[in-house]
Amino acid sequence: MLDRPDQKPPPILRIDGLHKVYQASNGPVEALRGIDLTIHKGDFVCLLGASGCGKSTLLRIIAGFEKASGGSVAVYGFEVDRPGPDRGMVFQDYALFPWLTVRENIAFGPAQRRLASREVAAITERFMGMVGLAAFADRYPHQLSGGMKQRVAIARVLANDTDILLMDEPFGALDALTRSKLQEELIDIWKATGLTVIFVTHSVEEAVLLADQVVVMTAGPGRIDCQVAIDLPRPRDVSSPEFNILRRDVTQRLTSHIAPDRALQSVADS
Amino acid sequence: MDGTPEAILITPAAEAPPAPVVKRPTEGAARLRAIGLGLIVPVCLLVIWDAAVRWTGTRLVPSPYGVAVMMWDFAFGGIYDDAYSASLPIHFWKSVQRVYGGFLCAAALGIPLGLMIGRMPLLRALLDPTLSLLRPVPVTAWLPLSMIFFGLGPRAAIFLVFLGAFFPILLNTVFGVKSVDVRLFEAAEMLGCSGPKLFRAVVLPAALPSIFNGLRLGAAFAWILIVVGEMTGVPEGLGAVIMDGRTLSRTDLVITGMIIIGITGFVSDRILLALSNYFLRWSPQHHA
Repeated sequence: MLDRPDQKPPPILRIDGLHKVYQASNGPVEALRGIDLTIHKGDFVCLLGASGCGKSTLLRIIAGFEKASGGSVAVYGFEVDRPGPDRGMVFQDYALFPWLTVRENIAFGPAQRRLASREVAAITERFMGMVGLAAFADRYPHQLSGGMKQRVAIARVLANDTDILLMDEPFGALDALTRSKLQEELIDIWKATGLTVIFVTHSVEEAVLLADQVVVMTAGPGRIDCQVAIDLPRPRDVSSPEFNILRRDVTQRLTSHIAPDRALQSVADS
Repeated sequence: MDGTPEAILITPAAEAPPAPVVKRPTEGAARLRAIGLGLIVPVCLLVIWDAAVRWTGTRLVPSPYGVAVMMWDFAFGGIYDDAYSASLPIHFWKSVQRVYGGFLCAAALGIPLGLMIGRMPLLRALLDPTLSLLRPVPVTAWLPLSMIFFGLGPRAAIFLVFLGAFFPILLNTVFGVKSVDVRLFEAAEMLGCSGPKLFRAVVLPAALPSIFNGLRLGAAFAWILIVVGEMTGVPEGLGAVIMDGRTLSRTDLVITGMIIIGITGFVSDRILLALSNYFLRWSPQHHA
């Protein structure tokens, strides 16, 4: 793709034969079946699918919040069995600590690592600056807008020196203007830090705009339908013909497996 | 008149706008209005009380004026010069010690236990049935047993106050812990905080609004129970004064004790409220 050498380093994340079965009150429900996925350092991967395709479950298993029923998830070859600072999660509903200020929220991770307080302060200042919140350092989360809260959530994970940034429909609750601003900033941050990003979304446009690789998922049970490489140069122009060709292709892949009424719904959403 | 210098001192502060800040005058006016509205009912009650005593000519209930004289004598002496003159400080101090002794014991046991019961299913399964059985027993029913356990004296009173304050504090803490958003635990864990460290980093701050509710309820029960506790044969304390007043048929003394407990309970709740507002300044619901 862009300027990556041809020889790829060992994958940062490898998922083999993963499946997940929930015990619901009316019997077992198969949420994920036969997931194989390899992600390399520095990749920006979008998991794309309609609601119920298990994309969020897959992300939560990678994060270590849920256990797989079978198969393996390994980061740099080490099996994932619990949440850890190497995989930072950005939730759709922010999940900031409401009793901590912006500064204290961002300092939470570094403080857990028992760094010297001067070092914690320096890291915090750096990432507060990166997301443009230095002027709001002493505000509490309830005094912030949705976009600002999500900036804090991103900075909180970055400050913890994470390897993989996991994002679960992070901009889904934001208005269109704020969303596109944050998408732009996320790409800037990704370029500046060389992070690996796994981004869950149900919006085809968002996936094609952000990702190197779009992983299209289908429901009942959740499976990977195909992976689409997005080779468009950045910054990407959503109105260009190339963008719209890819967008139409991905939309077709997404809707070819689901019932017609849900297909329409999915197109309307994207 | 000796009232004049005082009037001169008070007038400018009351009439001049406090500061050249735009919001202040309206805030001050709203506050005065709230105080004024709050005073209407007590003043009416005093007037009705006074009128009723005059109209019926009863000698069993003193007039507000009689109680005011008694309160003055109780606080400063110089009027009746009997056993109760100028004895307010000692009775007040004894009661405050017992109320806060029992209350602080209840908080020191109830908050940590509540945090653990809320987080540890095993401990909850172990203790919940017992606590549910003990909770509906009225604290006053413990009076005879507490006198056997602790003898006639202040310790029995402290024990009753403790029992009364313990359950609201414990139950509100458990409730607060159980209603912590699961996302916050996930967020803390993915940032590298897990195990016992979660208590300090997430459980305690997230449960704090409920804990403060429990503390305010507990403190209110503590003041209710001090009167019962001090009826068990302690010589000093506001509850003891009320008991003596009853025995001696001195209704003015009884009402004086009631008013002082009412005011002290009110002030103590305001202090807790101020603490709560300070520690919960991050919470939009509690920011008063």
